[in-house]
Amino acid sequence: MPIRLCRIDDRLIHGQVVLGWARSLGIGDIVLVDDDVAASAWEQDLYRMAVPPELQVEFVSTEEARRRLPDWQNGPLAVLILTGTIETMARLLADVPHPPAVNLGGIHYRDGRTERLPYLYLTDDELAQLRRLRAAGVEVSAEDVPGAGAVRLESLA
Amino acid sequence: MSEGLRGVVVCHGALAAALVTAAEQITGLTGQLVPVSNTGCDPGTIEARIAEAVGGVPAVVFVDMPSGSCLFAAMHRLRDQPNVKVVTGVNLAMLIDFSFHVDETPGEAAARAVATGERAIKAP
Repeated sequence: MPIRLCRIDDRLIHGQVVLGWARSLGIGDIVLVDDDVAASAWEQDLYRMAVPPELQVEFVSTEEARRRLPDWQNGPLAVLILTGTIETMARLLADVPHPPAVNLGGIHYRDGRTERLPYLYLTDDELAQLRRLRAAGVEVSAEDVPGAGAVRLESLA
Repeated sequence: MSEGLRGVVVCHGALAAALVTAAEQITGLTGQLVPVSNTGCDPGTIEARIAEAVGGVPAVVFVDMPSGSCLFAAMHRLRDQPNVKVVTGVNLAMLIDFSFHVDETPGEAAARAVATGERAIKAP
């Protein structure tokens, strides 16, 4: 079963992910790739509360995720991989042959970021990082909820 | 701001402001409840908004959903603060009742809010 979605969303597991994407894509396994959460049992407990019992959820470090990418790509469950930052996603997919496409789902305002879409704020450095990811062969587009319409990275200014 | 416990209402979109306005219209009591929205916020910004609303005083933080970004932000910032309790599933009944019991401890007020909120859910 392929990885159905690789999403960058700074809110990590929340309604748009569980009720929107996971349901519409028939996801069976949500993999949250975050070094801090992977080391924090209480944060994992909190995130589990957002996930219905029929969905599997895993909390893994970036290094573990890199090792297990082939397993998820060939496993029995449809997988949604989630990171909170562009940097983590870039580390995860660096030098991966045939990398899955990346969905920009929610990167919100903070100082230094500029609005690119209502749910997508990026610094110039972050935009450049995404363009490097694209140049490395990763398809990158933005779409907060299913059906909203994907916006290709190339059209973001 | 009146003396006693502070109630901080943290919700998606404009829900918190609407709940606080409705509670104040019903009770006639103002200044006890502070609304916080997660709209347009990254997790750090939601946390900062919640911390500012709590203001370092004893408080109950009412969150809309039993999961999601509002709860995560509240728990991430406040879980080590003994004078702050978090309640999920906020509804108008619990906010109205809270407004009349701000002299309780945060733990007592949180337990009361859960009981009041649950009693308000019926299918008549």
